[in-house]
Amino acid sequence: MSEYVIETKGLTRYFGKTCVVSELDLKVPKGSIFGFLGRNGAGKSTTIRMLLGMVEPTRGSAHVLGKNSQELSPQDRARIGYLPEGHHVYGWMTVEECGKFQASFYPHWNHTIFDAVLSHFRLDRKNKAGNLSRGQRAGLCLALVLAPEPELLILDDPALGLDPVARRSLIQSMLYVTRKTDRTILFSSHLLSDVERVADEIAVLDRGVLRASCKLDTFRSHVRQFVIKHNGKEPPLPDFPGLLQTFRTDTEISLTFANISHDEEHHIRSLEVHSIEEIQLSLEDAFVTYVGERGEKSFFTKDLEGVK
Amino acid sequence: MSLQFDITPGSPEPIYEQIEGHIRRQIATGSLVEGDQLPPVRTLAEQLTVNPNTVARAYAELTAEGLVESRTGRGVFVAPRRQIFSEEERNRRFHRAAWRFFDETAFLDIPVPEMVRRLEAAWPDYFRKTPTP
Repeated sequence: MSEYVIETKGLTRYFGKTCVVSELDLKVPKGSIFGFLGRNGAGKSTTIRMLLGMVEPTRGSAHVLGKNSQELSPQDRARIGYLPEGHHVYGWMTVEECGKFQASFYPHWNHTIFDAVLSHFRLDRKNKAGNLSRGQRAGLCLALVLAPEPELLILDDPALGLDPVARRSLIQSMLYVTRKTDRTILFSSHLLSDVERVADEIAVLDRGVLRASCKLDTFRSHVRQFVIKHNGKEPPLPDFPGLLQTFRTDTEISLTFANISHDEEHHIRSLEVHSIEEIQLSLEDAFVTYVGERGEKSFFTKDLEGVK
Repeated sequence: MSLQFDITPGSPEPIYEQIEGHIRRQIATGSLVEGDQLPPVRTLAEQLTVNPNTVARAYAELTAEGLVESRTGRGVFVAPRRQIFSEEERNRRFHRAAWRFFDETAFLDIPVPEMVRRLEAAWPDYFRKTPTP
């Protein structure tokens, strides 16, 4: 079997004339915790639904656990745990009934895990699922998806709407699952501090296009920011191909690059200005700059003068 | 042995550097001494709720700096103290540390000779074993 649990080739999906996912080549290594990042509407959920065979690709293919995702058998599906966005439950069932119902679809069901997650989220098994809080519902959904001990877990925005304590429990569960090295998790999230805690690798999807897929630390070290201080007279700057964003004040220019080349860095470092400093970016700042609007962002302090 | 500290995700400093910095400080101040064993990667990762690979990377960096050493099958231990950095690297690191120091102190209106005197006075305090709370 391949060392990739998920592998897509040229995966593309149109809804009408709109291209939602474009030529996606995604590889998720076995045993990794893989963060799937992108703004709302970037195509993450559509990609996930194609991986599970719930949406047909317009072009290209997706292989999951070595099988074409359009031809997954019930046996294959039993090896995949999927947590859809929004923590849906059948409100008229009790927590216990939800468990029994779900278990009937799986050849394997680990009661110890199911009970452990329930108690972690302080869930009463007699409670109606419809009366649970959002965090408790998330806990129930997580218990339901973890109990079959799937080889591959696909979590679509599992942290959405959770309080900090529930989010921490979620992260602990994710780390717990991957203690077994043959278990893989793909999850999407907007909470980059959580992503930073757990993810080995990330993929960045931007308007349907895969713009990065690498180790988390590699992504961070490739988005770099330089702050140039001058005495009011800006040094001439060429068009840098890797430039993501420019931010100007009267005596400062800040330049953020993706994949800055050796020559570009040399050019900046040899400018005759007051000072040149590299600023370390947080993962969130790096991400926002990377997928935000490219180009000029100015802050005209003069325009604000006289504003009371 | 347990290391009690918190990490801050979302900071410009990557998590592995935060872990590395914390352990380096413990070694510098004598809270960890030669021969002390670091917690296993999985244990520390669980305690801090981070990916074990992040802790492994911090340990790898500390090993590369010669501060700790890995003994096959037994774990990671604080290494005997030695200087492994080149003259150039030591200068680079000192310069970087000095800038951080001035970032914090430039607006305190303490003249440089006075700063030097106070640094010398603070020195023994820093290297006194700090009891963990």
